[in-house]
Amino acid sequence: MTDSQEPAIEEIKEKMKTVKHKILVLSGKGGVGKSTFSAHLAHGLAEDENTQIALLDIDICGPSIPKIMGLEGEQVHQSGSGWSPVYVEDNLGVMSVGFLLSSPDDAVIWRGPKKNGMIKQFLRDVDWGEVDYLIVDTPPGTSDEHLSVVQYLATARIDGAVLITTPQEVSLQDVRKEINFCRKVKLPIIGVVENMSGFICPKCKKESQIFPPTTGGAELMCQDLEVPLLGRVPLDPLIGKNCDKGQSFFTDAPDSPATLAYRSIIQRIQEFCDLRQSKEENLINS
Amino acid sequence: MEAAAEPGNLAGIRHIILVLSGKGGVGKSTISTELALALRHAGKKVGILDVDLCGPSIPRMFGAQGKAVHQCDRGWAPVFLDREQSISLMSVGFLLEKPDEAVVWRGPKKNALIKQFVSDVAWGELDYLVVDTPPGTSDEHMAAIEALRAYQPLGALVVTTPQAVSVGDVRRELTFCRKTGLRVMGVVENMSGFTCPHCKECTSVFSRGGGEELARLAGVPFLGSVPLDPELMRSLEEGHDFIREFPGSPTFTALISIAQKILDATPACLP
Repeated sequence: MTDSQEPAIEEIKEKMKTVKHKILVLSGKGGVGKSTFSAHLAHGLAEDENTQIALLDIDICGPSIPKIMGLEGEQVHQSGSGWSPVYVEDNLGVMSVGFLLSSPDDAVIWRGPKKNGMIKQFLRDVDWGEVDYLIVDTPPGTSDEHLSVVQYLATARIDGAVLITTPQEVSLQDVRKEINFCRKVKLPIIGVVENMSGFICPKCKKESQIFPPTTGGAELMCQDLEVPLLGRVPLDPLIGKNCDKGQSFFTDAPDSPATLAYRSIIQRIQEFCDLRQSKEENLINS
Repeated sequence: MEAAAEPGNLAGIRHIILVLSGKGGVGKSTISTELALALRHAGKKVGILDVDLCGPSIPRMFGAQGKAVHQCDRGWAPVFLDREQSISLMSVGFLLEKPDEAVVWRGPKKNALIKQFVSDVAWGELDYLVVDTPPGTSDEHMAAIEALRAYQPLGALVVTTPQAVSVGDVRRELTFCRKTGLRVMGVVENMSGFTCPHCKECTSVFSRGGGEELARLAGVPFLGSVPLDPELMRSLEEGHDFIREFPGSPTFTALISIAQKILDATPACLP
């Protein structure tokens, strides 16, 4: 850690005092559904109007969250207390580099140090207010962005990481690396979600495996590496459609097996966070 | 392993193609692999350079994981993927001692390795070098383009899926190509529909239409749509040659058509 990062870490720790739970959504592999999952985790948690949710998109090169949340074209405003997030609902605020770009064609062609600077600003300068859950959507890989977010939040305590994969080995081999990264940087792992897990034909209702789990899928990987499998989400063409429209898939398809899978996974994440919180409170009180 | 090797190692390569996206998981490595196999089937000598340092997928797609890289007098010898030595590969995957270990490097270290990969691999004579890249528009891409610039790449193949979320990222990649002076050979739309093996109904699993629309907006050629085929997934997982083994698949037809367009767009070389 360089000297220039030190004050920022303290400032971020102060800022994060009003944020109860922090969850990182990681993968290692691109295109497995991190942003889709992050957005729907946010939507799911925000259904409780008494819960304040914050969604932070630190994918600097490929910021998908504005589109998925129906916030394309929105701009960020500054106030005395910092940058204001863009609100989807009263209790769901979003921040992304996407809001800082003036055109959908603008490319963010930044090297590592500049990306790190942006992430620092997002964590230090956004006025999130009182938040129950901060969800951080990350880009694929194990690089600058991931190191930075873990370093900057090191003293602010991250509840844990949710890792997203698809059933194929080409994804799993990257996710294993991500699990190792989490262990190296001592980031607790909440569990793994296997996305795109089977497809039900809308016409004949028969199931196919578009992405066959040739090496045992997430289930075997989780057993081998002793991490929880939070659930499997099947492919539903309505998910893609709703993301393109910037709407919550839960509203459009409340009875879809994918919706039910998501809800069960979200519940397990909440349970993990609550358990961690009560463990800490017991430690403080003992 | 320095300047003495530099001019020699890429001089024998006729055409360099970069496969880019901007969006992760759209099938860059898949398209790189299948394009290389299709070009090989057309009688070309092909090399693949995998500069995805965090997620090097290509070795597994050829069943070459765990192979060792050897040094020769001109630099690193690429791994040959067939007995005829018509297709070769270099990937950071070969340099990792433990395949599950994450390469957690910041930009400058990644840049240094990519420079080495570009200049120090003894490719020999190749008709095509296909360069597979990681998602994004960052250090690796800039390093690769800077290192390859002197060898005048033929251009970039830009891969997307049909959804707006992919297209949104890929638009930025097209800007990146413009800004760095990299010619875009065309857009490939991957994962373009799935045909149910039971009832033959085709479903747009990942939305539809994005690839053609993107190509039209950006004024670049649309090279084709590649439908989803679980046999392709399986081939990639198990390191088999899908082009050789599934000539009846609509995905095969799409891939061969794209390779043919690349061949047609390649200027004839003086012998």
